[in-house]
Amino acid sequence: MSEEKKTILKIEDLHKSFGDNEVLKGVSLSLNKGENKVIIGPSGTGKSTLLNNVNRLVPPDRGRIYLDGEEITSQNINKMRQEIGFVFQDFGLFNHLTALGNVKVGLTKVKKMDKQDAQDLAMEELRRVGLEESAEQYPAELSGGQKQRVGIARALAMQPKLILFDEPTSALDPELIGEVLNVMKNLAKEGMTMLVVTHEMGFARTVSDEIIFMENGYIVEQGPPKQLFNNPDTERTREFLFKLTELYGEGDE
Amino acid sequence: MEIFDLFIEAWPLLFKGVQLTLLLTVISIIAGTTIAIFLALGKTYGPKYVKWPIVVFIEIIRGTPLLAQLFILYFGLPPYGLNLSGFTVAFIGFTVNCSAYTAEYLRGSIMSIESNQLRVAQSLGMTKWQGIFNVILPQALRRVVPSWTNEFIYLLKYTSLAYMIGTHELMTQAKFFASRNYEFFKVYLIVALFYLVLVVFFTNIFSWVERQFKIPGFEFEH
Ligand SMILES: Nc1ncnc2c1ncn2[C@@H]1O[C@H](COP(=O)(O)OP(=O)(O)OP(=O)(O)O)[C@@H](O)[C@H]1O
Ligand SMILES: [Mg+2]
Repeated sequence: MSEEKKTILKIEDLHKSFGDNEVLKGVSLSLNKGENKVIIGPSGTGKSTLLNNVNRLVPPDRGRIYLDGEEITSQNINKMRQEIGFVFQDFGLFNHLTALGNVKVGLTKVKKMDKQDAQDLAMEELRRVGLEESAEQYPAELSGGQKQRVGIARALAMQPKLILFDEPTSALDPELIGEVLNVMKNLAKEGMTMLVVTHEMGFARTVSDEIIFMENGYIVEQGPPKQLFNNPDTERTREFLFKLTELYGEGDE
Repeated sequence: MEIFDLFIEAWPLLFKGVQLTLLLTVISIIAGTTIAIFLALGKTYGPKYVKWPIVVFIEIIRGTPLLAQLFILYFGLPPYGLNLSGFTVAFIGFTVNCSAYTAEYLRGSIMSIESNQLRVAQSLGMTKWQGIFNVILPQALRRVVPSWTNEFIYLLKYTSLAYMIGTHELMTQAKFFASRNYEFFKVYLIVALFYLVLVVFFTNIFSWVERQFKIPGFEFEH
């Protein structure tokens, strides 16, 4: 855990409904600089909705969200989004652009960065995820693991204060999951602030500072991985973690 | 007269006609496609008061015969003091038609793009319209090329309708020529051949262009 205790993300009493379906029923959490928190929970619990609320791809109904002390509102959202990386389950690469083009486009079109500077920075981020050799390839030519690493490089290039990951490996073939988790692990080591929805228990156990267990629109329990695995407060947490470990294995990392 | 001698004799006239046919086709397709982009974007992303006029416009244009539209502009407007030349009417008519059809193709192509691409663009800090112009449109335009090529070919042939409103394009020149020597069958055969050569020529040009624009994941389907 980082020494510095600066709060990067603060979520207060977040509510969101889709029609009659109340998905988030008052969620609060905070993330310090350099911290890595993993969100787990059954399907349909509102994990994606929570992440999407943070960068307002889905605007929340009620509650406040602060990035580095500044409240995220619909007025400053385009500026805020530049500082919040988002990594999607289905990669979301732009199909008409090469790997390099995907990483570069936010720099040239949003940050209006000089072409050459953008090129250099994008190349550096591709190197960081081990893909400098695939720079000129199009998404259709990349494997799932490579696509997701490009997705991560694209988020990194914007030099965000925080990266949100929504099940970044669950669309991948098992043999490709490792390469993506490795990149994420390195990011965590380098001190990137990350909020990760995942069921990769190996990653949660060894990399995260805290695991947040969500169910039915509430946070049931949160705490360091050791505590949740060995000594959870609620029976429900124990059950769910047991089920996950059965489904996905111990994650021997 | 032998068909070859006829061809030689007819050449200067027909060549003039071909020039006008091409001019009409090219400027109509350029203007029409430009308008189509705005129509497709308006219909797909615009607010209701932009969307509905566009829907009505497109349906009217696609639901009525081109010749009727040309006649309305050419014969119907002068009583109201609006005298447009045959060429102007043809240009407007073809442009409007091209825009309505191409807008529908383009809209289909926009709808076929993975729905999350715009969300991803926004997650990088792009506004909705930045996302549309930088991410959606470049993909949609690539996918629409085959339909657009067909539209060009149709338009090239449809310009022959302009002869009904006194425009001296290929068909009109052929009629002039044939009415002098009464070789209707042979002259129109030559004219048909002209169109065929043009169509084959442009089809090849476009498939060359398609190959240049081809990128993995965007193979064009015919
Ligand atoms: N745009 C939407 N419109 C209506 N309902 C929605 C929408 N997005 C999500 N929901 C509903 O909200 C609930 C929570 O969805 P969400 O995707 O946040 O769950 P999740 O925890 O991410 O689940 P999973 O593990 O399956 O990804 C679900 O019942 C879902 O059907
Ligand atoms: Mg989800």
